[in-house]
Amino acid sequence: MFHIVVCGGIVPDPLQTLEPVKGPAGWGLKNELMLPSILDPWASHALYEAAHLAKSAPGSKVWLVSLGPKAKLQQVMMTVAQKAPFELVVADGPAGGFVDSFEVAEALFAAISGIAGLDASKLLLFGGWQSASRGSGSTLQLLGEKLGIVDQFQGVDKLTVGADGSLEVMERIEGGAYQISACAGAPAVLGWATGELPEPPNNPQVGMANMRLVMPALQKAKPAAINAAAIDYQSVTLPAQKRETRVVKDTPVDDIAKEIIAWLQS
Amino acid sequence: METILFVSPVAADGTLAKASLEALTCAKTLAEGLGAPLAVGLYGADVAPAAAAVAACGPVFAVTGEAFAASRYATDVAAMEALAAAAAATIVIAADDSRASRALPGAAARLGGRIDAHVTAVAAKDGAPVATRGYYRQRMAAELTRTARPWCLTVSGGCYAAYDGAPGQAAVTAVAVAVTEAMTRTTVKAIVAPSADEQTIRPDAATLFVAGAGWTKKQADGVPHVTEAGQLILGFLGKAKASLGSSKSLVDMGGEGESVLPFLTHLHQVGQTGATPRHPKGLATCCHGEEPHVVGWRFITERRAVNLDASCGWAQGKADVLYVADAFEVMRKINELLG
Repeated sequence: MFHIVVCGGIVPDPLQTLEPVKGPAGWGLKNELMLPSILDPWASHALYEAAHLAKSAPGSKVWLVSLGPKAKLQQVMMTVAQKAPFELVVADGPAGGFVDSFEVAEALFAAISGIAGLDASKLLLFGGWQSASRGSGSTLQLLGEKLGIVDQFQGVDKLTVGADGSLEVMERIEGGAYQISACAGAPAVLGWATGELPEPPNNPQVGMANMRLVMPALQKAKPAAINAAAIDYQSVTLPAQKRETRVVKDTPVDDIAKEIIAWLQS
Repeated sequence: METILFVSPVAADGTLAKASLEALTCAKTLAEGLGAPLAVGLYGADVAPAAAAVAACGPVFAVTGEAFAASRYATDVAAMEALAAAAAATIVIAADDSRASRALPGAAARLGGRIDAHVTAVAAKDGAPVATRGYYRQRMAAELTRTARPWCLTVSGGCYAAYDGAPGQAAVTAVAVAVTEAMTRTTVKAIVAPSADEQTIRPDAATLFVAGAGWTKKQADGVPHVTEAGQLILGFLGKAKASLGSSKSLVDMGGEGESVLPFLTHLHQVGQTGATPRHPKGLATCCHGEEPHVVGWRFITERRAVNLDASCGWAQGKADVLYVADAFEVMRKINELLG
């Protein structure tokens, strides 16, 4: 059995147009609180994998630990809670991309340390290997170090658990290849890439069961102490991406093919 | 005064990977800009060839032994921590490859420092180091600096030229790291990679070929031609030695039970939740979409697209050239001409 803690933040819906603005609390997004949010995509994969693993390992339990504004988390949980069974643990604080990963790890560590009944020897710390906001790719490692876990894996696409509790982990490495590692067992940190499981369909019964715990968790969420001055941002800009696109229409395929080949070989 | 340490694992043959040599150029450039000393930290089974290759950069600190040959977090992070401490580094720079980027954050934690990963540049400005990196999946870029030290940074591939200095006799300082049983709970069993003929992800390729969901849709005759689509795509990749990227929608179709291209995996996915590869040229075919998709070729220098939709959101304003044509016909002809 495992105690699986999934760390997952919320990010703006990818279809939204984002614009950076500097406010009194540092850099953020224009109209950030108005933007629809989703659970971070890679963290979502981690949650689905955690739920699947918990189901296949009797006695296991899943906690979803999230740092974010309570009101936005509540909105996101209306959907996420229908996907997989978990217990929510909330650290009330900013969810934007400009927060230092070290500060986030501190806040998550405080939240995880407060989980009653969590057995560190059975702990599997899950999360996305990066987020779609900060994209630091470092939060889980920092958190793992704080928790004293020295078996860590990033870019994980597959986890196989042996009968003896040992782990076989498939991590992404360069050039479309995978590294297969064997680990003696929990505790371990796994930063998930896409995983193997698709997004589960909404299950209202799971949602109702989860929401019984989600609302109290939101109500008793403690404010996270985040130092906005940890990083001195000198500028935040949107990259200039606009190009003058030359549209080639009503042109024979032969001519297009020749032009593309000439371009490829130039 | 800053002290900059470039830290890297060495490959099985004792050499440094291209990504590491690029990060070394970054570290060297920063050191020169700050007027700060540069040191090199290497770890692996045998670092002698790599140490000789970078001898001109500065003193070399090395953690060696069979235990450090494996790409394993516990031993890698211990080696990085020891190297940074031995060099008394205030800034630690490593490549953004899978091995270094997994372990460096942990080393930063142990050293009481901070980390910024996936930086695309580190420069000296007004006597201080300033890093540039993307946020929100490269949809915005920031320049940042920190006062906390040591400051650890991983440098994305393709942002700097690989270091190519003359080899020499390196002054190597051995750094001892005790390997405990707890550090070897993980063992590397295998590296699984497609054979060279089957390889469709080629990070060093000149061209990224992006396949969109349109390849599996019904064509002009009212039926899909997925098998032919696969043949055309693989044919082009083989002849042009291009790397393959795919939109999320196309990869996801497999999980939804639709007819898909069997060679596609999530590793091919580019975009909001996929990779942001770096290639000099990119050719997108049958792609559609707006911002989330375009993130996938944020770092593609020259971009062309083939699509039936002249107002395609993927191409308009984002590609240099949009060919309004049937990708099946165009790629069939290209493959024919490429022989």
